[in-house]
Amino acid sequence: MASSGQPEAERRVRQGAVPTVPGASARFCYGLHRIVEKGRTWALVARTLEAHPKAYQTFTALEKKTKVAAFGCRMCGQCALPMTGYACPMTCPKQLRNGPCGGVGADGGCEVYPEMRCVWVQGYERAKETGHSADFSLLQRPIDHRRFGESSWVNYWSGRDDYLAAAVLPGGDRPSPRLPASPPAA
Amino acid sequence: MTTAPTTSPDSLLPPVGNRLRDSLASGRFAVTAELTPPRGTDLTRLKKGAALLHDYVDAANLTDNPSAVVRLASWAASAAVIAEDLEPICQLQCRDRNRIALQSDLLGLASIGIPNVLLLTGDHTRFGDHPEAKDVFDLDSTTLVWVASTLRDTGELMSGAKLQGSPRLLIGAVENPSAPPLEFRAQRLAKKVAAGAEFIQTQYIFDLDNFRHFVERAGELGALDHCKLLAGLGPIRSPRALERLSHSIPGVVVSDDVAARFKGVKDEDFAEVGLNLCAEMVAELQNIPGVSGVHLMAFAWEESVPEILTRAGVAARQRRN
Repeated sequence: MASSGQPEAERRVRQGAVPTVPGASARFCYGLHRIVEKGRTWALVARTLEAHPKAYQTFTALEKKTKVAAFGCRMCGQCALPMTGYACPMTCPKQLRNGPCGGVGADGGCEVYPEMRCVWVQGYERAKETGHSADFSLLQRPIDHRRFGESSWVNYWSGRDDYLAAAVLPGGDRPSPRLPASPPAA
Repeated sequence: MTTAPTTSPDSLLPPVGNRLRDSLASGRFAVTAELTPPRGTDLTRLKKGAALLHDYVDAANLTDNPSAVVRLASWAASAAVIAEDLEPICQLQCRDRNRIALQSDLLGLASIGIPNVLLLTGDHTRFGDHPEAKDVFDLDSTTLVWVASTLRDTGELMSGAKLQGSPRLLIGAVENPSAPPLEFRAQRLAKKVAAGAEFIQTQYIFDLDNFRHFVERAGELGALDHCKLLAGLGPIRSPRALERLSHSIPGVVVSDDVAARFKGVKDEDFAEVGLNLCAEMVAELQNIPGVSGVHLMAFAWEESVPEILTRAGVAARQRRN
């Protein structure tokens, strides 16, 4: 089940959100993130892709192929993976962005699909093993449903998804949960 | 930033006070209990339950289509108990509403004079009475808390649009200390507090050691400096209730020592053992630092609430005039 391969993963995506076991180790993902971490070069790549619709489409299709196979990605276009131990919260049947619900079984099973492990339990374990469990304290803003189908890599490199999370402590000043009003990318 | 205007003084229902808020602020052991709205419009049973709880609780939760089974709207049930002079905590979950409906409901229930809300994610539709329904989950419970505190404190919608009158609400949230990842649960509570939760009611507690650890951890994270914690408890009335709690309510864990208490108990003695066990736990929770009160979930057995509290030595609330 772990690296279930494309057909299985795609079947799940069609069915709806079902907790998915990541096919890539957390260590590998955090390592890869260091390479694709946003900066001038990647911002330029993002701008170039957006200036060439054909290239953008090809790139997005490639992103989809990879991430569906590896994480059960649902192409929300606002990737939270780097903050969730690289287990995709959009495969949670409730699409929770801020941690597991209270219905997780004592064995770590999903409330809705008890035979599958809660994706947040998996993510927490992966983050903890690699020293990233503090990420789980970030307040995640709700997603912008207009962005489904976009390349989240391009959105990340261009800084368009900077609004996703906020670090707030109990009793601390709260920013607004408001999303940027910008229209979806062309 | 302008100071947020309060709910209009001419709300539809008679003012019911701020008993829960006052109790939590005063540091006295707070008591809340759950009432389940009827499946239909007949309010007789609900009102009877409200009358039973009236002298014993600071406020009562009106559940919002629990287990994804259709029941009378929680705001309507809240209005019904206000008419019985009982302070409601109106539950509102994310399963059935998108962000537009959720914000609208927060405004609506505050405008009619409901002082407290409990915001939660909601049980999935899959096991309810309409499993074919579309579930929404546009926001999650933490975000909904964040949105509610923003509406109240800044007078702005999620869109940034200014409100004419913002909802003055005491904002509650839930946590389940017994669900994996156990280690994350206090952190999740702290996150809800950071989002603006002022009180937390927990899922059923049966394992006090695990719960103590959870409370300690929440304290270390600074969450309990800004939020009051009410421990969720409930009496086990019958073998069927024990079975239901053990296997049919997502996330509830009946610990082995609790199950052992019922071993060999005859059906007719079950309720008595259940009441005593619950009362013992209420009594014990009063001595755990960081616990501000209890939340009693006596599903369809409201009569047990006064009995449990009396046995636990919790004084009845003062009758209002």
